[in-house]
Amino acid sequence: MEKQRYERPIIKKLETGMPNKFGMRTEYAPMTQIDGVSVKELIKEYGSPLFVISESTIRSTIKKAKKAFTTRYPKVQFAWSYKTNYLDAVCKVFHQEGSWAEVVSGFEYKKAIANGVSGKKIIFNGPDKSEDDLRMAIENESLIHIDHLDELYTILELTDVINKRPKVAIRVNMDTGIYPMWDRFGFNYENGQAWDALNKIMRSGKLELMGLHSHIGTFMLSASAYAVAASKLADLAIGIEQKYNHTIKYIDMGGGFASKNTLKGSYLPGFDVTPSFDDFAEAITTTLLNSNFKNSELPTLILETGRALIDEAGYLLGSVVANKRTSSGKRNTIIDVGVNILFTSFWYDHKITPAQPFTHYTETTQIYGPLCMNIDVIRENIDLPLLNKGDHFVIHTVGAYNMTQWMQFITLRPNVVMIDSNSKVHLIRERESMETFSSLEKVPEHLKKFEL
Amino acid sequence: MRINKNIAISDMGFVFNPVNGESYSVNPIGVEIINLLKEDKSYEEIKATILNNYSTDETTFEKDYFDFTNLLLHLNLTETEDEKNN
Repeated sequence: MEKQRYERPIIKKLETGMPNKFGMRTEYAPMTQIDGVSVKELIKEYGSPLFVISESTIRSTIKKAKKAFTTRYPKVQFAWSYKTNYLDAVCKVFHQEGSWAEVVSGFEYKKAIANGVSGKKIIFNGPDKSEDDLRMAIENESLIHIDHLDELYTILELTDVINKRPKVAIRVNMDTGIYPMWDRFGFNYENGQAWDALNKIMRSGKLELMGLHSHIGTFMLSASAYAVAASKLADLAIGIEQKYNHTIKYIDMGGGFASKNTLKGSYLPGFDVTPSFDDFAEAITTTLLNSNFKNSELPTLILETGRALIDEAGYLLGSVVANKRTSSGKRNTIIDVGVNILFTSFWYDHKITPAQPFTHYTETTQIYGPLCMNIDVIRENIDLPLLNKGDHFVIHTVGAYNMTQWMQFITLRPNVVMIDSNSKVHLIRERESMETFSSLEKVPEHLKKFEL
Repeated sequence: MRINKNIAISDMGFVFNPVNGESYSVNPIGVEIINLLKEDKSYEEIKATILNNYSTDETTFEKDYFDFTNLLLHLNLTETEDEKNN
């Protein structure tokens, strides 16, 4: 007689009378493959944990975003936000799809140049641009988004030694009705700082004011805030036209569109509450089209959307290290994915799906990473099918920020692969080795020998 | 270890404790283990039955069995030695 499939015994208290409007169980089928490639085989070949990026998801997402804007507004340009994910392969997919580069440091700027992006199609944001960075950007005719007056004066000084007219915009912060208001970057609209900077630029006669930029916040769940921002930038642009007879070329609405992740503390899953690209596009383009721009002088609309374009294309595969219980009897599962490589687990309740068949029985589980740190919690409470040591799982929507903000802490950062549109797997970043780190360290001569 | 005499368990895995009114859901292998415990089977006997019927190994089952029975104890579904002797 064939033996039955084993599942560990569980007992679960029934919480009668507790509200359970949306049901506790979220996983109904295992995720055994990504874009036609077996999860088990991926882990066997490239190790666990493993970041996986779906090229076809990136392409379909950027196409969806472009469609939402270009069907509503005649001049639209996307610029890939390098800080969201600057793996070269990822950047190149976006550049193939027509995106310029949006960078926030000299390091990212050089990455964009090395990726083959023309200097003229690099937008340089960020509060820390060194004199060398600015010189490089001026020489390459990049679009420099000025963050503060010190930067403005440095650029003005550089015009005395560089025989090129810098192409600049200012970053404008403003009250768009959201809380907290982002006023750390750029010049404030309401108190006149923005006009002050614009007057300085226009009266210097040394800079070419190309556009206006704002980045009102991150993971924005309200499309209407963008309408407020677009209205204020349009007001500034029309004011410049009237005062200086100068037409700006573009309005850059920055990024901040939310992805489909679920924020911690959110009652509804991110999939249900996140505005669509169409919602954001409708709010921004309607405002611009209804403002007082002459039809022939409509500025190009630039978008630096990062998170919403890449998050869903990223998966993190991992394995169960062990199961145990807390003093109160609650299930704890330890996995080989820590907060050092899944930085976003600090603010998202990431969706986790087992990668092998399971029954309908679940346990309320707290998921820990492998770091010897109390903060290493991936999910505080998740109703998961029964996972055993060695089982695999897939963590969803991890494409944004994790592969740039990850930390090397007690372990080495893992491989990253990209699955192309023909289900072919490409290693796009090799896992780190002991040599990666030992090659950077220097031990003073007197510390080289010791006896224990 | 013995399951409290007054604990009711259905074939579908519904467990009811009339002492405190709490109810629980148990998966099929859990039901099988509770029923074997109710019949006063020893760990060795239970292990032999499960290994005979399910595709698992001794170490895995031992680990899961003690995790499960500890939880039964934690939930006050089993009798202590004193209660058993009375």
